Amino acid sequence: MRDARLAGGLRLGLRLGLRLGLGLCVGLWATLAAALEVENRKVYPGTTDRTLSIVSTADLEVFEPYIQRFQQSHPELTVDYTVASSVELYRAIRDGAAFDLAISSAMDLQLKLANDGLAQSHRSDRTDALPDWARWRDLIFAFTAEPAVVVMSSRALDGAPPPATRQELITLLRDNPERFRNAIGTYDVRDSGLGYLFATQEARSTDAYWRLSEIMGRLSPELYCCSGQMVDAVISGRLSLAYNVLGSYAAQRMAQEDRRDIEIVQMQDFANLMLRTAIIPATATQTTAAGALIDMLLELGLRETPGDWPLPPLSQGTSDFGPIRLGPALMVYLDPFNRRAFLAEWENALVQDIVIEP
Amino acid sequence: MIARLSIGHRLTVLLAGVAALLSLLSWWMVSELARQAAARSQDNVLAASATTIAETIRSEQGEVRLELPYSALSMLGAISEDRVFYKVVAGERVLTGYDDLPVPTDAATGARVAFETGQYSGEAIRMASVRRTVLAGAGPVPVVVTVAQTLSGVDAVSGQLSRLAAALSLAFFLVAVGLSVFAARASLRPLNAFAQAVSRRGPSDLRPLRRDAPPELAPLRGALNRLMDRLGQSIRRSEDFIAEAAHRVRTPLATVRAQAEIALRSAESEESRQRLRRIIRAVDESSRSAGQLLDHATVAYRAEDLARDRIDLGELVAQAAAALEPTATMKDIAFHIATSQARVVGDAVLLESALGNVLDNAVKYSPDETTVHIAVSAEEGVARITVTDEGPGLGEGPIETLTERFRRGGNTEGVVGSGLGLTIAADVLAAHGGRLDLRNAAEGGGACVTLVLPAD
Ligand SMILES: Nc1ncnc2c1ncn2[C@@H]1O[C@H](COP(=O)(O)OP(=O)(O)OP(=O)(O)O)[C@@H](O)[C@H]1O
Ligand SMILES: [Mg+2]
Repeated sequence: MRDARLAGGLRLGLRLGLRLGLGLCVGLWATLAAALEVENRKVYPGTTDRTLSIVSTADLEVFEPYIQRFQQSHPELTVDYTVASSVELYRAIRDGAAFDLAISSAMDLQLKLANDGLAQSHRSDRTDALPDWARWRDLIFAFTAEPAVVVMSSRALDGAPPPATRQELITLLRDNPERFRNAIGTYDVRDSGLGYLFATQEARSTDAYWRLSEIMGRLSPELYCCSGQMVDAVISGRLSLAYNVLGSYAAQRMAQEDRRDIEIVQMQDFANLMLRTAIIPATATQTTAAGALIDMLLELGLRETPGDWPLPPLSQGTSDFGPIRLGPALMVYLDPFNRRAFLAEWENALVQDIVIEP
Repeated sequence: MIARLSIGHRLTVLLAGVAALLSLLSWWMVSELARQAAARSQDNVLAASATTIAETIRSEQGEVRLELPYSALSMLGAISEDRVFYKVVAGERVLTGYDDLPVPTDAATGARVAFETGQYSGEAIRMASVRRTVLAGAGPVPVVVTVAQTLSGVDAVSGQLSRLAAALSLAFFLVAVGLSVFAARASLRPLNAFAQAVSRRGPSDLRPLRRDAPPELAPLRGALNRLMDRLGQSIRRSEDFIAEAAHRVRTPLATVRAQAEIALRSAESEESRQRLRRIIRAVDESSRSAGQLLDHATVAYRAEDLARDRIDLGELVAQAAAALEPTATMKDIAFHIATSQARVVGDAVLLESALGNVLDNAVKYSPDETTVHIAVSAEEGVARITVTDEGPGLGEGPIETLTERFRRGGNTEGVVGSGLGLTIAADVLAAHGGRLDLRNAAEGGGACVTLVLPAD
């Protein structure tokens, strides 16, 4: 469940190195930037070599069951599954990389692709059954709804009940700085597409966001690329609190580790609900197969009970605030001016003395 | 073709045609209005969106800065699922947005808000531009904010309304056709009633039409009445003329007959007596004809305005028999009268003339020393006078034709007559709503003539 998967520090270092090493050799830099940074890739052979190529932000372990189920009904199809970060995925599709299906948790980037004419439309009984908020223009379809949660160790709470609102969280942090100094983890929104989406939507929806960021910034937080690493850090005891973690992933890891001393809290004043979406890129050739896979994902997305599937259904994560709305408004924070302004403010609040994850 | 088409159909087709035209017009108008309304509301939202963006434009350290407000794009997302594009240009430089997005042609010069429809990314789009001037660096910089949206939402809304309008127009048209049929029928009803009133009339009923007619039919009624009046007048004139002529002929004929009788008495030779008898016979025939013509004219005249006397048929028969008694006695013919109670309403003069003619025939065509049976009966609302003689009967030829004018049978050798007697009788009975039955008595061969009348 990594959305901008490259480990922050490593990647930053690599990039810096590249920049230094290649100096102003812009052409080569551009080529490297244009090439898709693949994090993982696996081919699931079918009975023919007709290949459905998927690019996705979901990890192999997470998505494998879906592919297997799909191949049960379409054994003739070979599935080529590529994992990439949401930003990489967006760039690849924008630059015309040939994929038949793009699945991403960064709703804003997916919507921008659809809006800019880089997606093909798909319509079936399944898509018609989808609620309005889970699709846009027959181009983009949501099949999971996953809330953003706060994960904290009971130790840090010291017997107090977990905070239910941001205001309570602010009070907790302000009153106990020693427990949380260097022990808060959150997304590095400069790097993570999903982190940026969560942050911008939260900043728009509640003014407590900036106050909370300010407080967290004072406590020297650690910045992460992905939910997974944050949850792992809480489990390992490195972090007392991870803010804005994908709830489904947190719950799954807790269940795996059987840790009772870690609380998963959903904020009551506002909680983001992310929709994982799929589009058929304009470059797709196996559109029928891609449509069939989307239909299967939607069928699972519309199931009533969570069952054994790694990703929760659409009905699972419904919070009082509803999901992040699929629509052109998502593109607002992708505008360079807005992004620059938002990141400046975010850095001001959070990166008071830069802590880079070792 | 048009002239032969029924007025009802013409009216229906015309009204339905008008309704179809109006339906089409209203459909087109509603569709057009819906399209305009949808387009205008899209324009308003686009303008509002561009304005919200333009309002955030400011200059910071000589640079033009702006922020894209969340509402600027969310308001566009709220009205439809259309694709949205935007672009901000300061002077010549594209600040942000879609570099290749077209801009309304008069965005830089015309009104503060400019609209245009164009093509972008393979779809038709509607653009709105808002212009602002910002002081930055060396001087004022014109900044143009363009927001564009595809048109599928507008098309969907106007298409939906247009389909709704089409359905309503069709319903309106069907109702209008139904009403047209009804209207055509209703407006033709007086005409049909009028036509029926005219066609229900008897063949010789030339009284003017008195029934109420709508003003449109008044000229027709007037013309018809005038025509009938003229017709009546001309018939009356010719009848008068015939009566007058008959009358004028009769008087000199009487003189001629008297003179011929005198001449016959004093005639010496058998040859001249023979000649004189032939003259007398011819005069008799002519005089009989003139008399019958006069009677016939009387029938035509009186039938127009029939007297309504209550008549006892027994008395009528008695009178008629009495009138013919002298002639019958001369031939030793006896009347045998059997009456039962029978009354009719009608014109006594005419009925007397009718019965007189029938009895006259019976006496005239019967051999001497025979009996003429006259029976009066009434049953089931029908009164009958049956005259049966013991003469030669009505002959071999077709019996019905004997009531035609001037028609005489083949058995009239030596019998004076004009052929009008049965015509008069038949006309009188027809005027009374009755009829004249002619047949031969079953045995004995005599004629059996029945006057049939509706009983009182
Ligand atoms: N009672 C009858 N017996 C035999 N023939 C008759 C009798 N009544 C009428 N006819 C026949 O019908 C014909 C028509 O009769 P109708 O009374 O009209 O004329 P008419 O007697 O010849 O002339 P008139 O006008 O002087 O009576 C007669 O010429 C005669 O041939
Ligand atoms: Mg006669």
